This record gives sequence, structure tokens and C-alpha cells, in this order.
Amino acid sequence: MRKKAIVGRKIGMTQVWDENQRVVPVTVLKIEPIRVVQIKTPLKEGYSALQVTVGFKRKSNLNSPELGHFDKANVEPGRELLELRLDDVSDFNVGDELKSDIVEKGEKVNVTSVSRGKGFAGGMKRHNFKGQGASHGNHKKHRAPGSIGACATPSRVFKGTKMAGRMGGEKVTTLNLEVVSSDADKSVILVKGAVPGPKGGLVVLRNAVAS
Amino acid sequence: MQPTDLVDLENLRDDIPDFKAGDTVAVHVSVKEGDKERVQVFQGVVIKRQGDGIRETFTVRKLSFGVGVERTFPVHTPSVVKIEKLIVGDVRRAKLYYLRDRIGKAAKVKEKRV
Repeated sequence: MRKKAIVGRKIGMTQVWDENQRVVPVTVLKIEPIRVVQIKTPLKEGYSALQVTVGFKRKSNLNSPELGHFDKANVEPGRELLELRLDDVSDFNVGDELKSDIVEKGEKVNVTSVSRGKGFAGGMKRHNFKGQGASHGNHKKHRAPGSIGACATPSRVFKGTKMAGRMGGEKVTTLNLEVVSSDADKSVILVKGAVPGPKGGLVVLRNAVAS
Repeated sequence: MQPTDLVDLENLRDDIPDFKAGDTVAVHVSVKEGDKERVQVFQGVVIKRQGDGIRETFTVRKLSFGVGVERTFPVHTPSVVKIEKLIVGDVRRAKLYYLRDRIGKAAKVKEKRV
């Protein structure tokens, strides 16, 4: 069930204390002003979603299709334009603002973001390979992946074999993170634990499906 | 100024006395046992302060029945009721790890004379 969703920006990590005076590691998410620009319905677009814009952008920095799109909705232009897929969008109107009190303390959320790019990474970092021995005569093969297949049969490397390559910079969802606090005045949401992506990265929160 | 200050500032305590490594302090800690809550005092020499901001911690060392005991507290934790500064120590280091290797009179920290 996709009941609710909201967009935030990752500020960084810190710690707070819970009611048992224990330290809780939290990620701080700042909720910038979010306006609904367009509502997609199953009748018209074939699926239901909210198209929202985040933050603000000067009109002189928009091209005319963008300007027309925002003008049609009569919404102030924002820096980002993205879709939040929801099962039911009938409660929303174009121009509505989404606030951080959409999620409550104690609720579980799934957090989606683009992870930090790690560049060309080896097998140990990318696939948690074990590497090879530090000693016993090993020479310049300490972080090498080892064998990648058999011999004359099949005399090729199978597709999808885990090897070194580009790592990170992809969409990652962390499931079932607990909302530690949600402050509508400060428009800040605290989520327990780590969230993918760099500081300043755009983060989408959704209600956890498994709960 | 950290970006996370908007969360941290409200959790920082301003009732903590100014103390540093070498000082003798009595830390009053609230302990929960079942549904009862009482205050325990841990008294000893501060051997280090570490970290910054909300994450800052300090370690107190004392001798308990001839055994050295060290306890580390976050400076801003709500579980510390109060910190009493008893003696100002005269030390030349920020981290007094050398106290661990000493016994008896050699493990004493000189009191600072003003």
C-alpha cells in the first residue's frame, strides 16, 4: 500500500536521546517547501501519482515549457520536479503543500535515495569478496577476485559474473527505518539509522509496506 | 556551526561545569531499576575528554576495592543529574592514560595551586 510519501534533503547524521536516556543515531532530513504541480490519475495517465516540486527557482532560470507547466498549475517554480506514486490521490489538489507532519513519531518508513558514487571499485568493496591471503607467498594478488569460471567447458565467462566495475550512484532503498521525530515547525524529520546518499542529497520517504 | 545544529542545539546542556582532564569530579548518574529510579555517584579523576558537540564524552577513573574502574559518559546525556567539580588537577597532558600504569601514590594527580 502506497499511502503517503514526502521528499526531504539529507542534512547529516547526529544523535538524540530517547525516553530511556539511550543514545539513538539519527539522520536529519530537512523538508523544503513541497507543492503539488500535477495530479496523475488512472483515468488520464494510467496510474496515480503526485507530481511535486521542491524548493524554489527563479523564473528567469526556467525554459518556456517548464514555465508553462508551472504557470498552468499556478504554482511557484521549484528546483526539483518529481513524482510520488500513491494509491489514492483523491485527497490532493494542485497547489497543495506537503508538510513533514505527514509522518509521525514511531512510524516505519522506507527511504529511497541515490547512493554515493564510488567510481570503479574492486570486487572486495563492490561485492564483499574476501580477497586473498596476506602472506603464504602471495604476490600482488591480495585484493584480486580469484577464479571467474571453469576451463574448456564452458570456455567463456557467464553473464552477470560479479567483477570489478562502477559502484554506487544508483537508486537505493533502505527499508523500515523508524521515524524518531517529525517537527512541522522546523520542517525536520529525524530517521533512525543511516540513509543512502551524500549530504544535500534528495531523499524520498514512503510508508513502510511490511509492518 | 554544524548543519545538524538545528537538532543538536536543543539537546545541548548548559548546566555542565567547566572541567578538564586531571580534575576530580563526582558524577551523579540516575539509574533505573525496574520502575524505580535512584541516583548513583561515580567519583574519580577525569582522564580524558573526547569528541565535539553533542557527541562529546569524558572518562572518569577511580579505584574500587583496589581495582581500577573507568566509566565513560556523554557530556550532554540526560542521565547525568549533575557533575560536581571537586578538585582542579595540575596536569600537563590532555589524556592521562599514564595513570593506568601507576599504583599507589604515583597514581595521584597533583592539585593545582592558584
